[in-house]
Amino acid sequence: MLSVNAIHTYYGISHILFDVSLTVSKGEVVGLLGRNGAGKSTTMRSIMGLTPPKQGTITFNGQEITGKKAYLLVRDGIAYVPDDRRVFADLTVEDNLEIPFSRSNEWTKERVYDLFPALGEMKSRRAGNLSGGEQQMLTVARALMTGPELLLLDEPTEGLAPLIVRDLEQQILKLRDAGISILLSEQNVKSALKLVNRVYVIDNGRIRFEGTVAELEANEDIKKKYLMV
Amino acid sequence: MDIISFICSPGVLCQVLVGLSRTVILFIVASGLSLILGVLRIPNIAHGSLYMIGAFLAFSVSKAFGGGITGYWMAILLAPLIVAALSFIAERAIFCRLYEREHIMLFLLTFAFALIFGDLVKLVWGAEYRTVSMPRFFQGSIPIFGLPFPIYNFFLLFMGPLVAIMLWVIVNKTKMGKISRAAAVDREMVGAVGINVSMVFATVFVIGCYLAGLGGALVAPIVNVTLGMDHTLIIEAFLIVIMGGLGNIWGALLGALIFGVTQSLGILIWPQFGIIFPYAAVIVVLSFRPTGLLRSTW
Ligand SMILES: Nc1ncnc2c1ncn2[C@@H]1O[C@H](COP(=O)(O)OP(=O)(O)OP(=O)(O)O)[C@@H](O)[C@H]1O
Ligand SMILES: [Mg+2]
Repeated sequence: MLSVNAIHTYYGISHILFDVSLTVSKGEVVGLLGRNGAGKSTTMRSIMGLTPPKQGTITFNGQEITGKKAYLLVRDGIAYVPDDRRVFADLTVEDNLEIPFSRSNEWTKERVYDLFPALGEMKSRRAGNLSGGEQQMLTVARALMTGPELLLLDEPTEGLAPLIVRDLEQQILKLRDAGISILLSEQNVKSALKLVNRVYVIDNGRIRFEGTVAELEANEDIKKKYLMV
Repeated sequence: MDIISFICSPGVLCQVLVGLSRTVILFIVASGLSLILGVLRIPNIAHGSLYMIGAFLAFSVSKAFGGGITGYWMAILLAPLIVAALSFIAERAIFCRLYEREHIMLFLLTFAFALIFGDLVKLVWGAEYRTVSMPRFFQGSIPIFGLPFPIYNFFLLFMGPLVAIMLWVIVNKTKMGKISRAAAVDREMVGAVGINVSMVFATVFVIGCYLAGLGGALVAPIVNVTLGMDHTLIIEAFLIVIMGGLGNIWGALLGALIFGVTQSLGILIWPQFGIIFPYAAVIVVLSFRPTGLLRSTW
């Protein structure tokens, strides 16, 4: 469904991604693992059209989407959860959920509140006053409101307490069961491996490994070198 | 004279009311400026020119409908709409490409627009001043505290809160308003949830410019409509917005109140130099609150 083919991405003149290729098939949860500064967020931003690649192509459902504007990609069915939790801080939780473009009525506020009951209890709270974990739930909920086929989840567990991470893992599994394909970037290898079908390991802007969870588990070399586990 | 009885004297109170009606014009124009500044981050120097164009259009429209009360209402209705249409064209053709540029570029560009609009006005309406006759309906005055208070000023006092409430509803209660508040802070993220931010910005820009045109149309019957009326106003509008807090609509209201009332009281206290009072107020406000009275969105 998503296919990234040999992209090169730059911030200004600094070359960040080198020849990055990856695919996500329908119904799959694919992990993108790497340490700080490896290029995970840049890969996500490249796909989402926020930092378009200078070379290479990206296709989604058979159509080329390289360089397409982010708001149009949302309408095509891609949703994005950034790593830095950009909730609309001045607005209430409810308003945060009302802003997204809704491409299908499959995901309603009620359904999102069902998935994240905590949010349902603070509908009129200012989003900027939520805790880190609540803000993270809100960014996922907000992305769901667009009714995505593919969810780009950039380090959802970053900085969250272990208990909240466990909750979030459950919710991600529910999304997978609801038929949403997910590209999940993580530093937290242990958490990620519980959720994904396949993994890519990225380091210094290059894909260093691709394979199944079992293959990665068996590859001590890659784990030591790029993931520090 | 003892200070309390001075403040409560009919002359002073009446002057405050006149000041408040001037506040209304300042508020309407400054709120448009502030809206554009807060959401699009464009310091629009040409905002004053749109106010001037609104006033000249009010003159032309009112004349086209044979003056009188019909002419006046058509002017109030159409002049700001024409200004809005003009600004829509300018936004789609030029401004929409420049949101990512530095402020100094936008500043210079809108300054260029102010000069161009000035010349256009000269081309279309000539250099002599125009007057929009006050419809009979608004002529005359109502006695307040025993002094005559012009009916038109009452009308302005009614328009101010009306515009403020409508703006409040648009900004706080409509989806469009919520989107623009979010986009003012994080444009990229609003785009990344499927919103065409460029169209939202165009709409906000047009609403802001509409307010400039409305201010011009409303002021037309009580001033000489003339080239150069944009200069004083744009300076005042910027001072008001800075004093109130950049991008904050309520700040614009507060700033306009302070500006309008100090000006009218200044004229009463020291007729020759009344004009310096609002500027002094700006200095006082900014020395205590350098970022403006209310929270700036910047
Ligand atoms: N806006 C930017 N301008 C210039 N360089 C950037 C920018 N954002 C990121 N970089 C650089 O790009 C590289 C990859 O960053 P990226 O954010 O993609 O890493 P990451 O894998 O998401 O790391 P983290 O786990 O810390 O989020 C880093 O070297 C970073 O310094
Ligand atoms: Mg990152």
